[in-house]
Amino acid sequence: MRINSVVCIKQVPDTTQVRIDPDSGSLIRQGIPSVINPYDLYALEAALKVRDSHGGTITALSMGPPQADEALRKVLGYGIDRAVLLSDRAFAGADTLATTYTLSAAIRKIAGELIAAGGAGVDMVFCGKQSIDGDTGQVGPGLARRLDLSQVTYVCSLLEVAAETRTVRAWRQREDGRELLEARLPVAVTITEACNPIRYAALPDLLRAAKAPVEVWSAADLEVEPDRLGLKGSPTRVSKVFAPPARERGETLSGPDRPPNEIAAALFDKLAERGLTIGGSRG
Amino acid sequence: MNGSQVHPAGGDGKRRPAPSRFGAIVVGGGPAGLAATYTLAGAGVDVACLERGDWCGSKNMMGGLIFSQPTAKVFPNFWHEAPLERHVTRRDMWLATGDSAMKVSFESTDFGAEPYNSFTVYRSRFDKWLSRRAAEAGAWMIPETLVESLLWEDGRVVGVRTGRPGGDLEADVVIIAEGVNHFLAEAAGLAAGPPKAETMALAVKEVLALPRDRIEDRFDLDRGAGAAIEIIGETTGGLPGTGFIYTNRDTISVGVGVLLDSLVGSTREAYSLLDNFKQQPQVRRLIQGAGLREYSAHLIPEGGYRYMPRLFGDGVLVAGDAAGMVNAINSEGANLALLSGQMAAQTVLSCREEGRFDAAALGRYRTMLENSLVLKDLRKYSSATNFLSSHQHLFGLYPELLASLAREFLTVDNMSKADKERLLARLFRSQVPVRSLIKDFYQAWRDLK
Repeated sequence: MRINSVVCIKQVPDTTQVRIDPDSGSLIRQGIPSVINPYDLYALEAALKVRDSHGGTITALSMGPPQADEALRKVLGYGIDRAVLLSDRAFAGADTLATTYTLSAAIRKIAGELIAAGGAGVDMVFCGKQSIDGDTGQVGPGLARRLDLSQVTYVCSLLEVAAETRTVRAWRQREDGRELLEARLPVAVTITEACNPIRYAALPDLLRAAKAPVEVWSAADLEVEPDRLGLKGSPTRVSKVFAPPARERGETLSGPDRPPNEIAAALFDKLAERGLTIGGSRG
Repeated sequence: MNGSQVHPAGGDGKRRPAPSRFGAIVVGGGPAGLAATYTLAGAGVDVACLERGDWCGSKNMMGGLIFSQPTAKVFPNFWHEAPLERHVTRRDMWLATGDSAMKVSFESTDFGAEPYNSFTVYRSRFDKWLSRRAAEAGAWMIPETLVESLLWEDGRVVGVRTGRPGGDLEADVVIIAEGVNHFLAEAAGLAAGPPKAETMALAVKEVLALPRDRIEDRFDLDRGAGAAIEIIGETTGGLPGTGFIYTNRDTISVGVGVLLDSLVGSTREAYSLLDNFKQQPQVRRLIQGAGLREYSAHLIPEGGYRYMPRLFGDGVLVAGDAAGMVNAINSEGANLALLSGQMAAQTVLSCREEGRFDAAALGRYRTMLENSLVLKDLRKYSSATNFLSSHQHLFGLYPELLASLAREFLTVDNMSKADKERLLARLFRSQVPVRSLIKDFYQAWRDLK
């Protein structure tokens, strides 16, 4: 069975170059070069791998100002089938609620076109685990909810897509470990940097991408209610922006003036004080 | 649902499969390569331009001027659309010592109106714009792709090999516009070896941020206008070279360029020359309070006419810095690159009519260049770099001497004017024996005329 995927791509300011305005606490974005959200490229690679083994199509989808077509043009170079940019003044200022509303309308339209072309609609939606400028991690789950997809977030290893049973199995990263999940298609997955990094694009794909169009859809191209778009459709208000306090450094027990066994004993005591030792006792 | 639009930016919007064999492949998306690509694409040739940087311009650190008229020959009226910093209305030349400077300044309102004379630009933005024009004209623009070697067939170049999967491309002709380190020109057997230190200058540059209106106040400029200052003398620690200051929109480019082998032969480090230059009092005043934005360094092939590689072979042409096309005396490189790239493209177009791309057919490129200002200018100054490196004392001695004469002349003290003139003459002769003065001037006239 062929798997049709949509990969969500966000163009973000290169946060390694962003500075924070000390007075307002907000990001100084002016003059900062734009890059593709790095986690989205892990998501794209995961989608490419699924297509490698199952066939099907990949559509890259982005929402942003007209210049975000640069990100999609780059993504086209990896040999995907189609790139769609949602760009309209009405989309501007969207929080994750309005963003998922708009993206889900576009994914429905993409699915409709795939079905009209004799396909099975969209089977998988791939997102990066979060964007490096917003850091919310809400868009993937939001899309799953709005499109009624099953979801696996924070995927650190996408094991397999079983076409016959229409399921996927994936390892999911948790704070305290990993869990193996099985989910039914259609599914939304969000991908972490523990997955494979993006491949080195082949020259024929780059040549094709140099001439491939980026399709631009406005609000009028989607079945949407204007009040639910952009700033108007965004209830989130930023009450305060602040730089997080620097994390305290951990305590270091080190030599060379102390012999290793003494250091080990001191470490044991500290762990015991916190009740972190299991059985046994010192000495 | 109404019809959705398709973004043409970055392509001509026509979905066309890549040909199995291109009409031409251009290696390098700098001014030479982009002029060649744009010209060929505009004439309907299937052309691919391969650039190793993230985008065209991303590897370019040129801190100088682009000259309006040569650029307009390739991209007419570019000043209406291209991202430019300031149009330059004033060119200054300073002879500087450690604490003083003699300044010659030329300013013209002509330079402030179309077609202008020159502009300061950020090449990273300007070249990106040029590459968009080439893409709109129909070229296949392929960034982030390094050409590793040439493809050969029966002793002639028939394409390039990149490091990418499926990375071979075939073409009737390959235009090498790879920049100063001309690996491919060497591989094509056109350059004898890697560039030699005695033919190279090293430029070190900083970009310093200053608000727009403060630049205009400080440099005494009309709104939007710019200044270009070249400085000879103590700025380069007595080494053959010059310092430069260019005003951008809200930054200033400050740098020094020195001949590489004199730098290697000295105990100086390139960055320390720049630090020194910035401490020169007249320079320091102009850049005071401006924060560091960028630091970069690049080689410039200043060997000139005598050190140029062969410019053509079977299935291959060389243009721009890769061909050593830099006029060090007038600080011109980008416009020679643009013109040579355009002529390489015109050569390919005329060879296409005959369907021949061997060296004999492509040789008309050389003739075209000889008849243009590109090789006329380079030939005129063919001894310039030799003269500069064999007359290193000029960069320290004469500015120092002129400054001390000026200082004596302008200092009003208790000496009579007649005594002062005698003192000046004595001072002059003590610094420069008349015979060596005549020799220097004769050689300068011979080599730079």
